[in-house]
Amino acid sequence: MPEQKVVDPEYLILEAPRERKFITGSQAFAEAIKRANVDIAIAYPITPQSETMHLVGDLYAQGYVKDYYRAEEEYGAMSAIAGAVRGGARAFSATSGPGLLRGLEAIASWPGHRIPAVLGVMTRVVNAPLSIQPDNIEISYLLNCGMIVLHAENPQDVFDFTLAGFVISEKVDVYIPVAVCTEGFFVTHAKGYVDLPPEDMKLPPRDPYKAPVPPTDCEIPPARIQRDAPVQKSNFMSYLIHAVWQQEVWSSNERARKWIKHYLGGLVEVVNPDAEVFIVASGCAAAQGREAQRYAEMEGLPVGLVKVKSIRPFPAQEIREILKKAKAVIVPEHNIVGWLAKEVKAVIPNSGIVVDGPRVYGGMTLPVELIMEKIYEVFGVKKAKKTVV
Amino acid sequence: MEKGKLITPGPVGYMPTPGAFMGVDLPPPGKALLYGEIVDEEIAMREAAKAMLTRRNPTIFPGPLVLWGWNASAMEKAKAVLELAAEIPNCRIIPMPDYRPKYPKIDPEAEINPNHPNLTILHNRIEACIFVGVHCHYANLSLRMIRAGTNCFTIALCAEMGHEDAMVSLRDVHAEEIRKFKEVLVQVRKELGIEWEPKPPPENPSLPKEEWTTVSPLDFGEYAALLMPRRGEVIEETE
Repeated sequence: MPEQKVVDPEYLILEAPRERKFITGSQAFAEAIKRANVDIAIAYPITPQSETMHLVGDLYAQGYVKDYYRAEEEYGAMSAIAGAVRGGARAFSATSGPGLLRGLEAIASWPGHRIPAVLGVMTRVVNAPLSIQPDNIEISYLLNCGMIVLHAENPQDVFDFTLAGFVISEKVDVYIPVAVCTEGFFVTHAKGYVDLPPEDMKLPPRDPYKAPVPPTDCEIPPARIQRDAPVQKSNFMSYLIHAVWQQEVWSSNERARKWIKHYLGGLVEVVNPDAEVFIVASGCAAAQGREAQRYAEMEGLPVGLVKVKSIRPFPAQEIREILKKAKAVIVPEHNIVGWLAKEVKAVIPNSGIVVDGPRVYGGMTLPVELIMEKIYEVFGVKKAKKTVV
Repeated sequence: MEKGKLITPGPVGYMPTPGAFMGVDLPPPGKALLYGEIVDEEIAMREAAKAMLTRRNPTIFPGPLVLWGWNASAMEKAKAVLELAAEIPNCRIIPMPDYRPKYPKIDPEAEINPNHPNLTILHNRIEACIFVGVHCHYANLSLRMIRAGTNCFTIALCAEMGHEDAMVSLRDVHAEEIRKFKEVLVQVRKELGIEWEPKPPPENPSLPKEEWTTVSPLDFGEYAALLMPRRGEVIEETE
């Protein structure tokens, strides 16, 4: 391990020279952790997350991460993350599909407990029958937890979102966790080019005193300094305290917008903003959408792409503005429920222009041709179907 | 688009809408929030001073970051708060020493608590107040509840980035900035023709005189059992 020097987050994320590497999404997670000055990583292995946490375990062995252990299961892992962070540590965990759902009760309590941490979510099928294949329905379970939810298209996003995630999460006006979601296998196990800053640089350590809540002193029983008021004893106080506490979580989510813009260049990326028809997509569906947009442009069809990087906070204003002249909106997704289509429909006045799908799930891939079919459909272009035997 | 005065003294009603939901952004360094709008610090300071000088029962609520001598900076800040209080006619200081709910009920003349701040505001008929040294999360909860249920003009002297739900919010406020605010307040007081000889605020009548000799674990009420080490016990090593 090279000697690492602490550098300003602004420099490390936005200015430092970068070198191109050809690595997987899991390796991109590990490269971000290597530079994030992480105190502790705790996880319980589940496919396809296990490779990421294996690599983070290697970082512990090399000295990049100060502590690391395998928890008894995901509920324990996520609860331990909460404890470590309340005690002042910078913590990372990752999980997938059923593991996320098993840990969800603890994860859903993180924002209210003001836990700044980063959680990698490598999506996979969650419903029976058991499958370990890609499907991002689990992101829909995260949307109402109050945490920041970013959705990475490729290994580059995985690296950038994870490293910036720690910085955004620890901003005093934010101080809620960041989930960096990406598609299991399609991104975690596939290689792509990633521009990385030097590995001999790292973020400054977490300062637990720069916080909107007092840190807990882990050297003595936590009950001695009870940081969070036991608001559930509501017979002793106003119910309004819990209401405004929830508001505070979502206010923090709102305040994260400016930091996401600052460190990640915005909540959305737009290609061909003057188009008549838009593909709105997130995660690796955005990669397929990007290809479809390129094909459509080659065929002279005015199609644009809106890649949604941040699902929470949701870029409602940006999407309304971009789509105000759109004639149709195609939302390709890797899940059956169409959670992104619902989000888009909810923020535009003319939701009838949203074409549901194409959607693939259960481990199915998303061929660009499926998106092209929808594009032809909305432009009224007739194409002969090829039959391949 | 002009946002106008989004954050004004309440009561705004049963369920307050947070400033952040209404599009109020926290101010950048060097700026302040006045009624939800980003303005120059001095403009916000003057409005805050006017509120503390003209509204009924002006009160300062110092939080743990001022009350406890964590470090030299906290102690200096506490001194500055006392200097500020001395310049505000008939100003009282009611502390927010911690954030636990108080059982069986709070003494609203002795302290303010983020779980039910309105009890202190309404009982003492406080129409202008300053939050200082309160951790941002608990200040935000309190400011929103006060805006929901009272007509109190709230001022947040924040050491971090500020508070959307206060009528006036200054950011990056430490001892030096508190003293700067004090100077603005004295200036505004003169402009308003208010005669006042600086004097310390009255002692909190509800708090027993602290003699530093009678503290025992029993003073911590139901939490006494949680005190470890017990008084007099010396722990040389921790696990």
